[in-house]
Amino acid sequence: MTALTLTNVCKSFGSVEVLKDINLTVEEGEFVVFVGPSGCGKSTLLRVIAGLEDATKGTVNIGGTVVNSIPPAKRGIAMVFQSYALYPHLSVRDNMALGLKQEKQPKSVIEERVSKAVQMLDLGAYIDRRPSDLSGGQRQRVAIGRAIVREPKLFLFDEPLSNLDAALRMNTRIEIAELHRKLSASMIYVTHDQTEAMTLADKIVVLRDGRVEQVGSPMELYNNPANQFVAGFLGSPAMNFLSKAPLSIPKNGALGIRPEHLRATKGGRIKGTVTHVERLGGDTNLLVSTAQKEALTVRIFGQDETRVGEEIELDFDDHAAFAFDHEKQRVFADHG
Amino acid sequence: MNAARQNRFNTVAAHGALILYTLIALFPVFVIVINSFKTRKAIFREPLALPNADSFSLIGYETVLKQGDFFLYFQNSMIVTVGSLFLILLFGAMAAFALAEYRFKGNLVMGLYLALGIMIPIRIGTVAILEMMVQTGLVNTLWALILVYTAQGLPLAVFILSEFMRQVSDDLKNAGRIDGLSEYRIFFRLVLPLVRPAMATVAVFNMIPIWNDLWFPLILAPAEEVKTLTLGSQVFIGQFVTDWNAVLSALSLAILPVMALYVIFSRQLIRGITSGAVK
Repeated sequence: MTALTLTNVCKSFGSVEVLKDINLTVEEGEFVVFVGPSGCGKSTLLRVIAGLEDATKGTVNIGGTVVNSIPPAKRGIAMVFQSYALYPHLSVRDNMALGLKQEKQPKSVIEERVSKAVQMLDLGAYIDRRPSDLSGGQRQRVAIGRAIVREPKLFLFDEPLSNLDAALRMNTRIEIAELHRKLSASMIYVTHDQTEAMTLADKIVVLRDGRVEQVGSPMELYNNPANQFVAGFLGSPAMNFLSKAPLSIPKNGALGIRPEHLRATKGGRIKGTVTHVERLGGDTNLLVSTAQKEALTVRIFGQDETRVGEEIELDFDDHAAFAFDHEKQRVFADHG
Repeated sequence: MNAARQNRFNTVAAHGALILYTLIALFPVFVIVINSFKTRKAIFREPLALPNADSFSLIGYETVLKQGDFFLYFQNSMIVTVGSLFLILLFGAMAAFALAEYRFKGNLVMGLYLALGIMIPIRIGTVAILEMMVQTGLVNTLWALILVYTAQGLPLAVFILSEFMRQVSDDLKNAGRIDGLSEYRIFFRLVLPLVRPAMATVAVFNMIPIWNDLWFPLILAPAEEVKTLTLGSQVFIGQFVTDWNAVLSALSLAILPVMALYVIFSRQLIRGITSGAVK
C-alpha cells in the first residue's frame, strides 16, 4: 500500500507559484527525504501534506484517503519541527500526551504509549521537567517522542537537526535512522543538508524552484544524475563543471567530473595551478585553477604534500565524467 | 554587568542620573502626600515641611470620608478601570491574533483601519458619543464609560499586540494544530502566555489615563451613584473656596488602587516562561 500519493499538487501565494505540479508517491515504510536549496518549496510541500497549508490544485492522498479537506489532526500524521515547538507550560509527559488526550484516547492507552516512547528515547529522567529545563538535544527527543506516541501513518520531519550542534546532529541522525528501522513507519524528512539526505533516505526527492528535479535512491542520484543541478547539489565537495573540456561536449554545455574522480598524473589532460589546499587529515582537497582559468576541486584520499602555487596535471576516466547540454540536461552520448 | 566593562565612574553616573530622575518624578507625589497630613494653615505656611506634632492633622481624610460617598466612588473607578482593561486586552488580543495569524483579503487595510484610532483622539466624537448613549439609555451607567474606554484603548492594544504575536513561533501554533487543538485553545493556551509581557505593557499604558479621566465621567456619567473618584474629588474644588485638605487627601487615596494594579501587571512584565519554548 502507498502511504502517500501527491497528484498534480500546486500551491501559490497570491501570484507567486511556490509548488508547480508535484507528483509523488511514498511507499509504506519508506524513508523519503526532500532536499533542495532554501526557497525551493520543500517546507511548503511538507506543510501541504500536513494540512497546515491548502493545496491550490491537486490532491493529497494519505494511506488511501484523499485528505484535502481534512484538518491536520485527523490526517494520521505527526510532525517534528525545526524549532522543537514544545508546549512551554507543560511537562515532558504532558507534551507527549496532549495529542492523545485531544483524540480522547483512554488513560491506559496514553500511559502505555508515553512510557514506551520515553523508554525508546531514553527520556525517563526528564519526564516531569518543563521544556525550558532541557538541553537542545533532549528537547528534540521530546519532540520526536510527541510524534511517536500518536502512532501516525506518516511521520513528517521539518529540518529537525538544523538547531543542533555538529556532534549532536550526527548522533540524532543515527537515532532517527534506528527509529525508522524499529517502527518501520513511513517518514518524510525535509532538509537542505545533503549529508542527512544521503545517509537517511531510501528515496531522495530533489526539488528546485517548486519542481521535482529527480527522484531516486541516494546512489542512483549520485551515480546517475538527470541534470546539472542534481549533479552539483549532491556530493561534497560539489561536482566540477568545465565548459572548456578536453572531451567533446555539446555546444555551450559542460563536462561534470566529481572531485574524487580526478587524479594528479604526469601528462594528464587538464593542466593548472594549485590555488588553495585544505587538509582534513583523512583526505585533502586541492583547489586548482586550470590553464583555461576555470576553477576545479580535486579530492585526494589520505594526506598529500602538494603546496599552493605548484603546477599540477590532472586526469580522469572518461566513463566517470558526465556531459550536460546547454539546457543543463544530461547527455548520454559516448564521450570522445 | 561584566567586570571587564565595569567602571566606577559610569556606575556612579548611571545611578546618579536614575536617582535624580526618580526624585523629580516622585516630588509632586511626595508634596501631595505630606500636605494631606497637615492642617490648612501649615499647608500654606510651609508647603514643603514634613508634618510635626503641631501641624499634624487628619482633618482632610475625615472630610473625605464623611462627605460624599467615597467608597462608592472608589468602587465605581475600580469597576470601570478593571472592566475596560479586561475588554481591551481580550478583544485587542483576539483582533491582533487574527491580523497576525490569518491571511485574508483586506488584512492590511483592516490593520491600518484599526491603527487609525491611535491618531484620532476619541474626544473629538464626544457629542456623537453622548447622543448615542442617550439613545441607547446608557447615560449615567458605568457601561457607558467602560464601552468608551474600551474603544479608546483598542487601537493601541491591537497595534502593539499584533506586533508581538507575529514573533510567536509558527511551529508552536502548527504543533498545536497537528495535535488537534482548536484555534481558541491555541490562542488562549499557547499564544497568550507568550505575549504576557506585551499584555502587561498595554494594560499599564491604558490604566492610568482611564483611572484619571475626568472628561467622560463628567459628560456621560455625572450622577451621584456612578461618579468616579476623579469626578467625586471635584466637589472640594470650588470657584471661590477650595478645601485643600480634602483635595490632597482624596488624591493621596486615589494613588493606592492604581499602585496595586500596577504592581500586579508589572510582575507579568518579567519574562521567563517564554524561554525554552523554542530555541
